Amino acid sequence: MSIGGAADLVDNKTFPNETPPPPSAPTRAMVVRAGVPQGMGHQKAIPTDHELPFEPTPRLGYPGSGRQGGRMADTTNSSSFWRGLRDGLPFVLVAGPFAMLFGAIGTEAGLSIAQVMGFSIVVVAGAAQFTALQLMGSDAPTLIVLATSLVVNLRMAMYSAALAPHLGAAKLWQRMGLAYLNFDQTYALAQAEYDRTPDQPLARKIAYFGGVATPLLPLWYGMTLVGALVGAKVPPEYALDFAMPITFIALIAPALKTRAHLAAALTSIVVALAMAWMPSGLGLIVAAIAAMVVGAQVELWQKARAERPLA
Amino acid sequence: MNYSTSQIWFLIIAMGVGTFLIRFSFLGLIGARKLPDWVLRHLRYTPVAVLPGLVAPLVLWPEATGGNPDAARLLAACATVLVGLATKNTLVAILAGAVTLFGMLALLG
Repeated sequence: MSIGGAADLVDNKTFPNETPPPPSAPTRAMVVRAGVPQGMGHQKAIPTDHELPFEPTPRLGYPGSGRQGGRMADTTNSSSFWRGLRDGLPFVLVAGPFAMLFGAIGTEAGLSIAQVMGFSIVVVAGAAQFTALQLMGSDAPTLIVLATSLVVNLRMAMYSAALAPHLGAAKLWQRMGLAYLNFDQTYALAQAEYDRTPDQPLARKIAYFGGVATPLLPLWYGMTLVGALVGAKVPPEYALDFAMPITFIALIAPALKTRAHLAAALTSIVVALAMAWMPSGLGLIVAAIAAMVVGAQVELWQKARAERPLA
Repeated sequence: MNYSTSQIWFLIIAMGVGTFLIRFSFLGLIGARKLPDWVLRHLRYTPVAVLPGLVAPLVLWPEATGGNPDAARLLAACATVLVGLATKNTLVAILAGAVTLFGMLALLG
């Protein structure tokens, strides 16, 4: 899980902190806002205005779109829960096959079924799990595998920060549970929900969050097991070795929404290939750090450009 | 893969604890604190910073072909990128890549 983020959900959001540009003197920011979704014109990076790295749902239509305005407020916690569950259902289409793929590749790479399940139950983060698997395949040192896969998960610190104003008042055990369930998908839907109706009671916010996670978690476990059971039987001519690269590419390509993302991705590729001589995994960490710096820097440039009036 | 059982379990548990702490970080702090802008700006790029670098060598030098570039895999990767960029849809991009891969493998033999 934690895969297939939610670029869509934040695209049309309006940012409360954003000062509207003056009516005259069109700026690049206006042009950018009209065309390209987001990520460039922000005046201030508040925790809620970041974009999600991965594409959320198969395009069956974003659950909740079209009825944002007219949606009735839930009157009970249970209706919030069920609505969350309904909104989360389309994610099943991505998370299911993804979990199965992890199970299959994991056992094929030599992990036991218990270990494969351990990853899916203890870590519950698809991209990081696949990253670990890949690096383990090239026998990278354990600590390098750990560091790299955790870097992939760092984005979730953003989610945590964005959710804190809404869920921070919950009891400790509830916040711990919510943290375990803090995937790309639950975060994306919950953030959209809380932005629509920020004043709903805490219990209803928690219920909605739990509702989104409810179909996803057992599915993640279950499909990992299914994949683990069938994986070892897949013959090599099916080129399962390439399922993982294709999956990663398919996750990243839709996320290349801005020049900053594109620059970060290209930097990552070039540096990783150039550093391929380094002990396995180490070059990737160097590449990741370089790419993050480049992405952040290009974002700053884009922003500075967008603030300048058009010539 | 060449790890002892205890190394693998260490990795699973350490990844789990680390991931949990990342997810819990700000939810766990009493009094929601804001992340500084420059931190957010870097965090935004973590997945696009790691995953392309992870994939690039796998595409160029696949282990299954002894580390030699392979037309079917290269084309499948290209198809996945293009369809992913065009449709912004992960599932469709995976399908495009898989169809290209199997098609080319069948064609090229």
